[in-house]
Formats: sequence, C-alpha cells, structure tokens
Amino acid sequence: MTEIIVVTSGKGGVGKTTTSASLATGLAKRGHRVAVIDFDVGLRNLDLIMGCERRVVYDFVNVIHNEATLKQALIRDKRLDNLHVLAASQTRDKDALTQEGVGRVLDELAADGFDFVICDSPAGIEKGAHLAMYFADRAVVVVNPEVSSVRDSDRILGLLASKTRRAERGDGPMRQHLLLTRYNPVRVEAGEMMSVQDVEEILGIPVLGVIPESGQVLAASNSGVPVIHDAGSIAGQAYGDAVARLDGDEVELRFIDAPKKGFFKRMFGT
Amino acid sequence: MGILDFLRARPKHTASIARERLRIIVAQERAHRGAPDYLPLLRGELLGVIRKYVNVDPDAVQVNVERDGEHEVLELSVALPDGPIKAAGGA
Ligand SMILES: Nc1ncnc2c1ncn2[C@@H]1O[C@H](COP(=O)(O)OP(=O)(O)O)[C@@H](O)[C@H]1O
Ligand SMILES: [Mg+2]
Repeated sequence: MTEIIVVTSGKGGVGKTTTSASLATGLAKRGHRVAVIDFDVGLRNLDLIMGCERRVVYDFVNVIHNEATLKQALIRDKRLDNLHVLAASQTRDKDALTQEGVGRVLDELAADGFDFVICDSPAGIEKGAHLAMYFADRAVVVVNPEVSSVRDSDRILGLLASKTRRAERGDGPMRQHLLLTRYNPVRVEAGEMMSVQDVEEILGIPVLGVIPESGQVLAASNSGVPVIHDAGSIAGQAYGDAVARLDGDEVELRFIDAPKKGFFKRMFGT
Repeated sequence: MGILDFLRARPKHTASIARERLRIIVAQERAHRGAPDYLPLLRGELLGVIRKYVNVDPDAVQVNVERDGEHEVLELSVALPDGPIKAAGGA
C-alpha cells in the first residue's frame, strides 16, 4: 500500500522543503520506494535541495497536462535508486495543477508500487497547499517555535480536518505529526523560546521530531545533499530519528536539552 | 539610565507570554472554525451599534454559532464595563 504524506505548515520559510527532502531520503535509506513531489508550482526549489536541478527535463505540470509520462518526469536520485523526485514547474502558475490531475499522478505512483509519496506543500492556504494535502493519508506539520508559525499551523490542522479527501469521505481523522524545527535549546532554557512541550500542548498533536537550529542545514542546501546524509550533524541525526518514528520505531527525543556547558553556548550563545 | 541598561532590564522570559497569547487565540480560532463567514462582519457592526450607547471594549462583543441537536443557535454576549454604565456621550 502506498502512503501519501503531506509536509505542510501554512507559513513560509519554516523548513518544509528541507524536511521533505530529508524525510524522503531517510525513508529511502530504510529501503522503501519513495517519490517526493514539489507542489510549489512557480517556485521550484526541492530539486536544488535534493541536488538534481540540472537533471530536470519534465515536471509535475507536464505530467498532469499529458505533455510527458510520469516515467519521463521522475528523476532518480544520484545516491539512492529507490528514491525519485518530481519537480515543480517554474514557468506555470498554481492553476496549472488540477485535483483530477494530481489524483491521477498519485494513483499511477501507487500502481507502480511506491511505498511512500512525500508531498512538499507550498506556503499559504490556497490552491497549491490545498492540493498537496487533499489526497494525503498522513500529515507532517512543520512548525517553528514562534507565534505566527504556531498559529498558522493550527489553521492548517483545521483544513486537514475538513478540506481533504479523507474528511470528505468521512474516513476518520488523518494521522498528524508535529515536526518542530529551528529549535534552540539554549534559548528555550533561558525562557526566550517556546519549548517542545509548549507547542505540543497548544497544537495538541504528537511530536514526530525536533530538529535543532543548525548551520549544517545551510551547508547541506549549499551542496545539494539533504542534511540527513550528514551523519555527523545533529540536524541530520534528528531527521534520522524522525524518519524512524515515521516508520513506526520508538525513539527517544534527542537534542532538546541545552548541554551543561560549551557546545551550544559556543554555537548559539546570546 | 543608558540605552544598554534599558535593553538589559527588559524581561527576557517572553516564551511564557507567547505561550499564553497562543493558548487564547488558538482556542478562540478553533471555536470559530467552520462557522459562517459573516460572523466577523456581524460582530463588527454589532460592536458599532452597541458603542453608540455604551463604551465597551472591542473584545466585549462575542458572537458564536452553537449547534444544539438539529438547530443552530446564534449566541451573542456583550460584556459591559465595570462600574456604573455611562453613555458613550453621543460620539
Ligand atoms: N534546522 C534548521 N536550522 C537552520 N536553518 C534551517 C533549518 N531548517 C531550515 N532552515 C533554513 O530555513 C530556510 C527555509 O527552509 P525551507 O525548507 O526552504 O522552508 P519552506 O519550504 O517551509 O519555505 C532555508 O534557508 C533553510 O536552509
Ligand atoms: Mg518550500
């Protein structure tokens, strides 16, 4: 069975694309067949973060409009044979996506035997974001510990509960996961940033992972290698843990406490 | 007091302020979810009318749609200010 997972947030710039790239890569590293789709039509970026930008010939919109086959448009990852990227169009606008077309592509991926399809949602609550979540079985809600991000995420929870195929069919609530990112334990300890518990309590959905604020994320995007490949980085390890949880393992949260002395202070000291 | 002292004296425990503000606004927005689109407008106009007579705070007027079995009930509540009620002075 194919599981469709939307990575969504409402607010822009919180880490959806970074997260989509690492979750897709991590699931593929665990042996699953994975496709990751960029729904941000007009603002293609996932290809850069995945490091396949120069191999994009056809995109998601071409497939939807029957200008290319899905096979032609799927880009196989350089490192993992069982990982594929479907890029967004840069030249079309968000109206180029249709519900029927998106459904057709997802059905074809399912028929092809993919285990997971990760849908990287655009920001906002309009058409692109709506279509990214519409067919999902599960949702990863990416949140920064900051007031506007938390509030926007709660609006997204409302949409997940009402504006999706599951909701329309009355199939019961979608599984929702909180992924808190750009977390800074030192600032949390100083009372300057909301804690994991604070955000979890306000939103009322279980925590999938906590990704620390880390310079390694920029280094990873600079080089076009999803940060989860960087096993020496705390952000990479935190994404690894999140993937294991997504895949059903029980893993303790790490990197949520400020170290007694030294490391974090030097990295983030105020 | 120099500018540096002023900056240092500012309370740093703003995370708890954020948490409390979010608790309130999220609860309020959840309560209004799925409610008709006209509620905010209705609330605004009601507030205007009430303020012709009584000086109430902008958040004193609450409008909710409650479901009661088969029926929907439009619930209005207006919190009057403390102390003797003063007319708004024809403003
Ligand atoms: N854990 C993190 N630590 C530091 N920077 C991060 C982290 N996660 C994301 N970023 C940075 O935040 C910016 C926005 O991330 P992106 O994934 O593009 O967000 P979105 O897709 O939600 O718009 C990027 O510059 C990215 O490098
Ligand atoms: Mg993005």
